[in-house]
Amino acid sequence: MISVAIKMLLRDRRKSFLMIVGLTFASLLITQQMAIFLGIMGRTIGFITDTNLPDLWVMDPKVKFIDDIKPLQDTEFLRIRGVEGVAWAVPLYKGTLRARLEDGSFQVCNVAGLDDSTLIGSPSPLRMVQGRVEDLRHTDGVIVDEAGAATKLSRPPRKPGGPRTPLGIGDVLELNDHRAVVVGICKITRTFQSQPLLYTTYSRATTFAPRERKLLSFVLAKAKPGVDPAKLCARIRGTTGLAAYTNSQFSDLTIGYFMRNIQAPINFGISVLLSFIVGAAIATQTFSNFTLENLRYLGTFKAMGASSGLLLRMTVLQTLLVGAVGFGTGVGVASLFGVVSKGTELAFQFPWQLLAGTAGAIFLICILSSLVSLRRVVVLEPAMVFKS
Amino acid sequence: MATNEVLAVRCRDVKKSFGQGSARVQALRGVNLEIQPGELVMIVGPSGCGKTTLISVIAGILDQDEGECRVYSEDLKGIGPRARTQYRGRHIGFVFQALNLVPTLSALENVTVPLLINGIHPREAIARSTEALAKVELVERKDSFPCELSGGQQQRVAIARALVHEPKLIVCDEPTSALDHETGRKVMKLMRDVVLSEDRTLLVVTHDARIFEFADRIARMDDGRIVELTVAGPKVDQSKGAFQ
Repeated sequence: MISVAIKMLLRDRRKSFLMIVGLTFASLLITQQMAIFLGIMGRTIGFITDTNLPDLWVMDPKVKFIDDIKPLQDTEFLRIRGVEGVAWAVPLYKGTLRARLEDGSFQVCNVAGLDDSTLIGSPSPLRMVQGRVEDLRHTDGVIVDEAGAATKLSRPPRKPGGPRTPLGIGDVLELNDHRAVVVGICKITRTFQSQPLLYTTYSRATTFAPRERKLLSFVLAKAKPGVDPAKLCARIRGTTGLAAYTNSQFSDLTIGYFMRNIQAPINFGISVLLSFIVGAAIATQTFSNFTLENLRYLGTFKAMGASSGLLLRMTVLQTLLVGAVGFGTGVGVASLFGVVSKGTELAFQFPWQLLAGTAGAIFLICILSSLVSLRRVVVLEPAMVFKS
Repeated sequence: MATNEVLAVRCRDVKKSFGQGSARVQALRGVNLEIQPGELVMIVGPSGCGKTTLISVIAGILDQDEGECRVYSEDLKGIGPRARTQYRGRHIGFVFQALNLVPTLSALENVTVPLLINGIHPREAIARSTEALAKVELVERKDSFPCELSGGQQQRVAIARALVHEPKLIVCDEPTSALDHETGRKVMKLMRDVVLSEDRTLLVVTHDARIFEFADRIARMDDGRIVELTVAGPKVDQSKGAFQ
């Protein structure tokens, strides 16, 4: 009877098409909206994920997220080095500075100042597009992110109306009245604020920065082999009174801050909810009509000896079938959207958890839409088949 | 009426009502009926006299309120809903007035349904359904959908569906009501020739006096009771049976 159920569904092309379209749109919109939302949230921790060598981030206890800089005294990283279980600890400057461009305009940039001797915190060598990380040791050297170099920091057109020229090695910027020479171009994970990011050494960054009493933003540290980073964080907190987080803890802290303090979760949540409701409404209405139209035949099957259980299985199978096709099509289109938008400004992240979540949502829609029909099937009186 | 050891149908003082209070309708007011195996019995009578209710009780689709109804000695009310559903699936075939052929299934697929309900493997179901369609001379149209068949052809598919699982009792509700005279006669002849056998009994509810000659006996109902039970065949007085 399984094959009968499938044939009854698929040969009613108009209704099965409508149901699949409803579920496809629900699946597409849920997946696409959530992927964009996750992409945006992922950008908030782009700087953390790009800094791949340290296990721990140490900072002022009042810091709420990665861009919330509350400077420490320059000597703090030396205290961290003294905590038992710490393999190494280096300073990191992170701040925003105004860059004066060739045409006289200004652009606010994020600046990361890396430990002068080790350059820990730099982008991975694999992400260098031009130049090398070591080139930061050249006088006034800075490494610029590729997107920033091509857009916001690009040089003005040579002719009016002509194209702007991406910043390249050897180009000069003016950072807070200090000369900075581009020695490399690197790829980075886009950040939430979408400002260009400049890497330089810690000492040079603190020279570029406005004079302040304290300039150390973070201490990056590594746990010794065999030492649990989470336990080491607790030890650092207890010993120094500073906040210490593992990479994932700091990412969670940052994402949590943005989730609580920006409107995006609500807006995207509403979109996802509306997609769910619209998908459920279309699927429920269409499937309900489908069952209603087939009620006479289901009653015939019941009269001919089909149990309610068999009819319920047939009905559930029909719903799950359109659900699976709708889910697959929707997720497929959303994936295509992700592939097409790769490398553009659009944020898009598609982890397996999202796939599982969308599958769960579509499954829920299927269950909801079949519930209405299932009730009809259960209470169906086979005697109805004798009515003409 | 002479009785064999096992009757195909035995109804004793069967009563059935619908609704409650002032809306209560007494559909069957004490029906007594015995049908021998291999008999073709027609139940006739005016609209609302209880014909459909009676065949619903006999086929195990409805429970009687009072009295006893046995089909091949089986008390369908007493065996419980689950077993009754299984019994229907195995031992009773149906030809409905509206035919109820599933429009999205081909003729062959429609005929396989009773076998698939009984858990027969699809391959065997197809083979047996093809044989059943051959019996009603419709095997060449097995891949046609109901909408592509004439009324008579659809009726033959319904007959094939009713007999494919070799039930003991076939219940037909107005099998010729939508057919012209010639086609109706052909269908009834087919039912007598192909469906009826020593082991299989045919119970037909009809208004159509033109087909009375195909019955062995005719039970005439009125107001929830069988008021006359006559031996039919060619001798039947057709004018007496025309209730429309």
